[in-house]
Amino acid sequence: MSVVSGPPAIELRALARHFGERTALRDVSLTVAAGATLAVLGRNGAGKTTLLRILASLLRPHAGEVHLFGEPLPARAHVVRGQLGLLGHEPLLYRDLTGRENLQYHARLHRIEPERVEEVLQAVQMERRASDPVRLLSRGMVQRLAVARAVLHRPRLLLLDEPRANLDPAASELIEGLIGRASGATRVLTSHDPRAALAEADVVLALKDGRPAFVGEPGGFGADRLAELYA
Amino acid sequence: MKTAMVVLRKDLRLEMRTWETVPAMVLFALVTFVIFHFGLNRATIDGQLAAGVLVVTLLFAALLGVNRLFVAEREQGGFDAFLLAPVDRTALLVAKASALFLFLVVLEVIAVPAFGLFLLGPPLGHALPGLILLLALANLGLSVIGTFVSAIAIHTRARDLIGPMLGLPLLVPALIATARAAGPLLAATHASSAPPGKWLLILALYDVVFGLIAYAVFDFLLED
Repeated sequence: MSVVSGPPAIELRALARHFGERTALRDVSLTVAAGATLAVLGRNGAGKTTLLRILASLLRPHAGEVHLFGEPLPARAHVVRGQLGLLGHEPLLYRDLTGRENLQYHARLHRIEPERVEEVLQAVQMERRASDPVRLLSRGMVQRLAVARAVLHRPRLLLLDEPRANLDPAASELIEGLIGRASGATRVLTSHDPRAALAEADVVLALKDGRPAFVGEPGGFGADRLAELYA
Repeated sequence: MKTAMVVLRKDLRLEMRTWETVPAMVLFALVTFVIFHFGLNRATIDGQLAAGVLVVTLLFAALLGVNRLFVAEREQGGFDAFLLAPVDRTALLVAKASALFLFLVVLEVIAVPAFGLFLLGPPLGHALPGLILLLALANLGLSVIGTFVSAIAIHTRARDLIGPMLGLPLLVPALIATARAAGPLLAATHASSAPPGKWLLILALYDVVFGLIAYAVFDFLLED
C-alpha cells in the first residue's frame, strides 16, 4: 500500500519474522517516501523494535521483502548500512571509553572527518563532559551521546526507538534539530507517547501482536483506534 | 586492514582502561605453576613433562581471554554498532584475533620467565629463541580458533561453557604439536636449541587451515 507519493525510502511487502514459535511480525506492507516520517505504534511486544532491527539490517526477515532506497535487504544491506542511523534501547556506546572516544571510534568506522565529532558533541551540548567515561554519565547524558552517535555520519534514514527516553524537556528540544523533521532524513519513529509520535508522522503503522492493525495517514487514525490499540 | 586497526586500537584501549582480561590470564598461569609445583611434588621439572605443564597452563590461561573477547561487544552493543557500519565484517575477526595474540604475548612475557625461574630445571636462556618461534606459531592458532569459538559462544546463554567445550577439542592438534616441539627445548641435556621442524610445520599448517576456515565463515557467525 502506497501512502505517500515520491521516491520510496522504505518498501515492505508481506514482511514476517518469528522467534521460535512466536510470531513477532506478520504481513507488514507499506511504502514510505524519502524525507517522510513513519510512526510505528503498538503496545509493548507488538513488534516495533523487531521492525526497526529488520530495517537496520540487524535481523533477517523470515518472509516478505524489504527495500531501502531501492536496495533489497539483506542481499544489498552492505550498500545501505552507512546510510542508516539507529537509536535503539541500547546506546551502543562502550561504558569504559569516554563520550569523545566512542564517537571517534564510530567516526573512524564510518570513515567521516574527525571534526564532525566535535560538531555533534556541541549539538547535544556534551562537549564539557565528553572526556568522562560513559559509565559516569547520567542516563539523559548517555541518551544525548547516543543521539550524537546515531546522526554522526549524517544518515538518510533514522530509526528511532523511543528517542526521547530519559531526556528532560530541554534535552528533548535540544535534539530536535538532529533527529526531528528538520534533519531532512526519512524517519521511523516509535514512542512511549503515541500522540506525540502521531503529531510527527506522515504515515502510521499500528501493530497489534505483530500484525498491522492500521496502515495509513495519521488523519485516518482517530482517538478511538488509538484507545483500542492500547486497550 | 584499516578497519581492523580501528577496532584493535579500541580493544587495547578498553583493556588498558579496565584490566579485565590480561591480569586474570597472568594470575591464572602463575597460580597454576604453583599448583603443579605442589601437585607433582617436584622442585624442578624438565623435558616433555615441563613442556606439557607450560603448554597446558598457557592454553587454559588463554581460554580466559577467549571467553572475554566479545563480552563488551555483546553487553554494550558493539556488535550492532559494528554491523551498522559500512565495513568488511572480516575486519572484526582480524582485530579480535590480533588483540588475543597480543594478550597472549603479554601473558607469555611474564609467565614463561616465571616458569623458568620457579619450575623449570634447566636454564631457560638456551631454549628461549626456539621457544619464542614456537609460541608465536601456537599463539597464531590459538588467536584464530579462540576468536572463532568466542564469536560462536557469545551468542549462547552458556557462553562460559561453550567456549572451552568447542575450543579445547579444536585446539588439541595445536596443543600436541606445541608440547612435542617444546619437549626437546626444555630437556635437561639441552638436546636441541631449535624445535623439531616436523612439529613446527604441523603448527604452521594448522594455523593456515583454521585461519582460512575462520575467514570463510566468520561473516555468517555475525548474522542473526
